[in-house]
Amino acid sequence: MSDTHAQTVRYVRETMLPEREPPLAETGVIKWMRENLFSSWINAILTIVSLYIIFVVLSAIIPWLLNSVWDAESLTECREILAAQGLSSHDGACGAVLTARWHQLVFGYYPSELYWRPILALALFLVGIAPVLFANLPRQMLLVSAAVPFVCFWLLWGGSVWFPVMIALGFVLGYLAMVLVGKALSPLAGIIAAIVLPILYWIFLAGPLAAAMADVIPLRIEEVQSRAFGGFMLSVVIGLSAIILSLPLGILLALARQSNLFIIKTSAVVFIEVIRGVPLIVWLFTAQLLLNYFLPRGTNFDLTLRVIIMVTLFSSAYIAEVVRGGLAALPKGQYEGADSLGLDYWQSMRLIILPQALKISIPGIVNTFIGLFKDTTLVVFIGLFDPLGIAGAIRASTEWNGIYWELFVFIGLMFFIACYSMGRYSLYLEKKLQREHR
Amino acid sequence: MKKSVFLGALTVAGLAAGAAAAGTLDDVKARGTLNCGVSTGLAGFSTPDANGEWQGFDVAVCRAVAAAVLDDPMAVEFVPTTGQTRFTALASGEIDLLARNTTWTFSRDNDLKFEFVGVNYYDGQGFMAPRELGVSSAKDLDGATVCIQTGTTTELNLADFFRSNNISYEPVPIETNAEAQQQYLAGACDVYTTDASGLAATRATFENPGDHVLLPEIISKEPLGPLVRHGDNEWGDIARWTLNALIAAEELGITSANIEELSAGTDNPEINRLLGTEGELGAMIGLDSDWAKRAIMAGGNYGELFEKNIGESTPIGLARGLNAQWTDGGLIYAPPFR
Repeated sequence: MSDTHAQTVRYVRETMLPEREPPLAETGVIKWMRENLFSSWINAILTIVSLYIIFVVLSAIIPWLLNSVWDAESLTECREILAAQGLSSHDGACGAVLTARWHQLVFGYYPSELYWRPILALALFLVGIAPVLFANLPRQMLLVSAAVPFVCFWLLWGGSVWFPVMIALGFVLGYLAMVLVGKALSPLAGIIAAIVLPILYWIFLAGPLAAAMADVIPLRIEEVQSRAFGGFMLSVVIGLSAIILSLPLGILLALARQSNLFIIKTSAVVFIEVIRGVPLIVWLFTAQLLLNYFLPRGTNFDLTLRVIIMVTLFSSAYIAEVVRGGLAALPKGQYEGADSLGLDYWQSMRLIILPQALKISIPGIVNTFIGLFKDTTLVVFIGLFDPLGIAGAIRASTEWNGIYWELFVFIGLMFFIACYSMGRYSLYLEKKLQREHR
Repeated sequence: MKKSVFLGALTVAGLAAGAAAAGTLDDVKARGTLNCGVSTGLAGFSTPDANGEWQGFDVAVCRAVAAAVLDDPMAVEFVPTTGQTRFTALASGEIDLLARNTTWTFSRDNDLKFEFVGVNYYDGQGFMAPRELGVSSAKDLDGATVCIQTGTTTELNLADFFRSNNISYEPVPIETNAEAQQQYLAGACDVYTTDASGLAATRATFENPGDHVLLPEIISKEPLGPLVRHGDNEWGDIARWTLNALIAAEELGITSANIEELSAGTDNPEINRLLGTEGELGAMIGLDSDWAKRAIMAGGNYGELFEKNIGESTPIGLARGLNAQWTDGGLIYAPPFR
């Protein structure tokens, strides 16, 4: 670089200009605001209007939350405390109802000294579900997952440990029957044996066996009637049981609907259409009212169990249709490819078809589950105390009659947390299984 | 949940059909608890408190029956029922007694095959209006908008009342009492109509109860009472006379405070018969001689229960009115214990 050079070609700049800050309007917050909020005059107006609306909403809600009264015995006392601060009763929430009754909203009327049991059951459930949800955990943990439903059942309802153990044995029996009979005779005979033997065992053997074992080794914890279940715990018990049971059932139904076997296909179609064609609330009333008439007097088949069965059947019909969508989206070549490899039906489904079909169906499946979880609040109409039912019962007490928003906000928050986590998990799974762009 | 429950459901219906032939009284005694159907939550009548324990005027009837039959007022399994599920629960045997402020009507008694064992609260449909509206009678309500719960007898009563008085109104259909309170306070309707006890309870929860008036007209008869299934008269008698015992106790001046003293024996033979120190009344309904004493001790006599749960000292603040003893000009009247 020399001066001469610079003078010889005067229109060429040979020294670098020092770096300068970008203009203020093109950087940082201002740039972002210009691009996203005020990119044209109409957007600017919309932005200002939106901001104003947000301001109005928040300026009503935030003081209401900040002025909450958390320590009071009744709504009247809440109002008195607010009045003492010179506020009207609409200027502050009466959070005291939550302080006084949160345990009912969460656990229903479960005996308070036994709260550790549902909490432990939930923790165990999370441990059990982890290896199913996250593939990078050791596969041996799946054995724990298989045991968790029975342990949770025992923890929640209590009673003798032998009853859930004997029920679980039925599944082991079914598995053994499938393997042994399947080897000895034919796979079809194995499947039939796997269905028939456990059912016979449950009807005739499990009860007496459990009673006999309970006599020998009386290992039992305090029994809790399912009538004591309530609040968010009831929603979770119904929702999670139905979610877990309806997924395999729905997949089987979807496969049955695609089957070439006439009777299987027809029964699947009829089942799905009948269940889907009738509102859930009607099925719940069926569970509550009609079954009572049909069952012999005195059987007193647990209502919560009836509801779980109905909700499971209902959501399995929806899952079946979602999965069928996934199956239909697969190119025919995948089916033919599986056949040409010499795989039998179950192998091709397990190894080739279902992994792809389920991946496609994930958003739909999770969507169905979120809907199902929220639908559990419908049980309030058959006299079960879901969170909304508990809210009604709390309002019926003379202390809290007339209180609404505080309870509904709390319930809404709990449901939001549960449903939002399910939605996030679905996104995570979709990203993880994304194969096309790797 | 017992294992027999689960397995019982799995087995075919026929297997267990013979098991329920015994009477309700034997069932209850064998079970050790009384299954009592109550409302899922109605202020003053049945509601679980902060500990999950059921309280209320209807609940007290259940406790009295349990005390009479099982010698333990807490041996009650409360089954919350809604308006739709209550009758099936009773008919199917899920509950032994329904105490859920149910109106005694001809068709419920005969067509649905139930037996009302008495009336524990005489109710009737009334109106509530803001004081500033300046109405003093329901007949002034020409052209008013009326909040009304759909699918209830109140809806029909309302239509009858306005038609027979030849005035017009505009109904605002509402699903639940909670919603009705909100709508009424928000001014969606001029008047709210439902059972008078419900109106009083609702008004008590308002910030300024004094700003609202209950109009004097009561436009329907709603005798509320406990009921049992048709066909088991022994059980029906026990429920009926337990309720009568509570009512008679108030008339005879037996309270939970003086019952111990009175049960040692008094000069009044009816008190003696009621409390079992004279005669064999208990044996006639298949119970021991102390049954009525236990029922009264469970929560007090009828008047005490009324005062404690819905009376004027409570936030609900109902006056005795029709529910005073017949000696005080009310309708509450128990047949003689003789």
